[in-house]
Amino acid sequence: MLAVTDLKKSFVAPDGERVDIVNVAQFALAAGEQMALRGESGSGKTTFLNMIAGILAADSGRVAIDGADMTALSEAKRDRLRAEKLGYIFQTFNLLQGYTVIENVVLGMSFGPRGADKAHAKHVLERMGLGHRLDHFPRQLSTGQQQRVAVARALANRPKLVLADEPTGNLDRKHSSEALVLIREVCREHGAALLLVSHDELVLGQFEKRQDFGEINLAMKGAPR
Amino acid sequence: MTLPLIIYRSLRQHALSTFITAGSIALASGLLMTVWMVKTQSQTAFTQTNAGFDAVLGARGSKLQLVLNAIFHLEASPGNLAYADYEAIKRHPAVKVAIPIAVGDNLRGYRLVGTVPELFETVEYAPGKKYALEPGGKIFTPDAKEAIAGSFAAEKLGLKVGDKFHPFHGLNYDAKNQHADEYTLTGILQPTNTPADRVVWIPLKGLQTMSGHDARAATDVSAVLIQLRSPSAGFMLDMMYNKQGNRMTLAYPVGAIIADLFSKISWFDQVLALVAYLVALVAAGSVLASIYNSMSARQRDLAIMRALGARRRTIFGAVVAEAAVIGALGAMAGFVFYFALLIGVAGIIRAQTGVVIDITAKLPILWICPLAMIGLCALGGVVPALKAYRTPVAETLAPLS
Repeated sequence: MLAVTDLKKSFVAPDGERVDIVNVAQFALAAGEQMALRGESGSGKTTFLNMIAGILAADSGRVAIDGADMTALSEAKRDRLRAEKLGYIFQTFNLLQGYTVIENVVLGMSFGPRGADKAHAKHVLERMGLGHRLDHFPRQLSTGQQQRVAVARALANRPKLVLADEPTGNLDRKHSSEALVLIREVCREHGAALLLVSHDELVLGQFEKRQDFGEINLAMKGAPR
Repeated sequence: MTLPLIIYRSLRQHALSTFITAGSIALASGLLMTVWMVKTQSQTAFTQTNAGFDAVLGARGSKLQLVLNAIFHLEASPGNLAYADYEAIKRHPAVKVAIPIAVGDNLRGYRLVGTVPELFETVEYAPGKKYALEPGGKIFTPDAKEAIAGSFAAEKLGLKVGDKFHPFHGLNYDAKNQHADEYTLTGILQPTNTPADRVVWIPLKGLQTMSGHDARAATDVSAVLIQLRSPSAGFMLDMMYNKQGNRMTLAYPVGAIIADLFSKISWFDQVLALVAYLVALVAAGSVLASIYNSMSARQRDLAIMRALGARRRTIFGAVVAEAAVIGALGAMAGFVFYFALLIGVAGIIRAQTGVVIDITAKLPILWICPLAMIGLCALGGVVPALKAYRTPVAETLAPLS
């Protein structure tokens, strides 16, 4: 489902020095597989996810999603691939504040191949327990509810791969656990692979497959450039 | 559904700036359409207004002044003609009808014009249209101190049949200059939508012999309104009075003299149009500034959409379309400004000149201007759309870890 090869990204620091952020030689995720990546703040895990999602260009390397090389595609084709096959759950949810709950989900769907399917969006939201909040705006929801909208939006397009960046980072213990169960269940129902990054051991502990991002990111291991 | 939803939500989120920007576009659009309409329709209305006459004969002077005075009842008379001159032109074989008029008095600001009953009995002030009195009225008797009022003047002065009044000396109202003569209103003319509506008509002799007027000019007339038997007669009379003679002026043809006036004041139209164009440009600029300024606040939303799979061109198109929609909203509201302005201006023109302009005319400007405004606004949206197009998704969404 996901195959990453020699993926590198560096930035120029304010002092002018070039700093390697990501240098991943090999990483793979099978279809339907669920994996947690452990990573501390500043370890480059968000950059890694952004490159997989194609919203940040890599310096070099290859990201293959369902056989398509994201890094070799034009920007327009990357956008299409992202809309068709990826679901992204952000730590800060990134809901559109001016849009209602249902509009957030429908708009996300409208960029994908199936187009805006309000009935399906409603179904997914009801599955998330938000059937009574469809016409509410994000600011009118609790943090946990906002998180569930973000999950619904990421999954509404039936993606093959779901990326989750600290999805429970803004939730308390109880809601964090509930949200995680929900994300995993829904991914399983949709047959989507899940790649979740977190630094929370309680979150990580719920995954059978987990990996330390520091181990696979050579940039953070002080590897030669 | 994507594009309309993005546009709708964005407009809702920035409702105040949308309202103000659309308002300035409405003002520009309304102003442009009004200027154009007033210019075109007033030119048409004025050049077609001739009170049913081909030419005006008056004292030596400006043809334009003569026409404005005798046909439009504006301006002062350039001077008087001897009654013999009137009789001479009346007898001329090329002349079909000759109606003398005399001016010099007013009734509380509305001009008194002395003339003969024949004007109301035989002359068609427009093709197929003769003057008619409201029921219960009759035309004045030439030797009596009687009067009939144009519909607009009667309405404004509150006159009704049987009312008595004392005229005031001069073309401008001065309460101190009241004549001793007392006139009785015998009729009110039905509306003609011509300058005649603004006039109170009395017998020619009445004005000539009004108390306090110079007795030496008691038979003079201010001008003679002429209907010709054929157009070629006009050129013959023009030669006779204007080129060979030097005592009188023949204004012929009436429409051409007014058209000449419009060409002389075309600079005024151009200034008005220039102002309207500038307002339109400022409005388009304000669309640009309004959307551009909102870009910083909207960049995160745009980046989220990109992260969800929206293509750059979708985002670009959404911003340009939003600008075009603001333009369309403004253009639609522009029609409200347009009708309000046009009705006001048409009312002023009617009150000042008696000329009625057709405010229902369907000129091309009524679709060209709104479309141009929408296009201009869409163009103004290109700059912010480019900014949106270039939004760096990952950087905008979150700080790099």
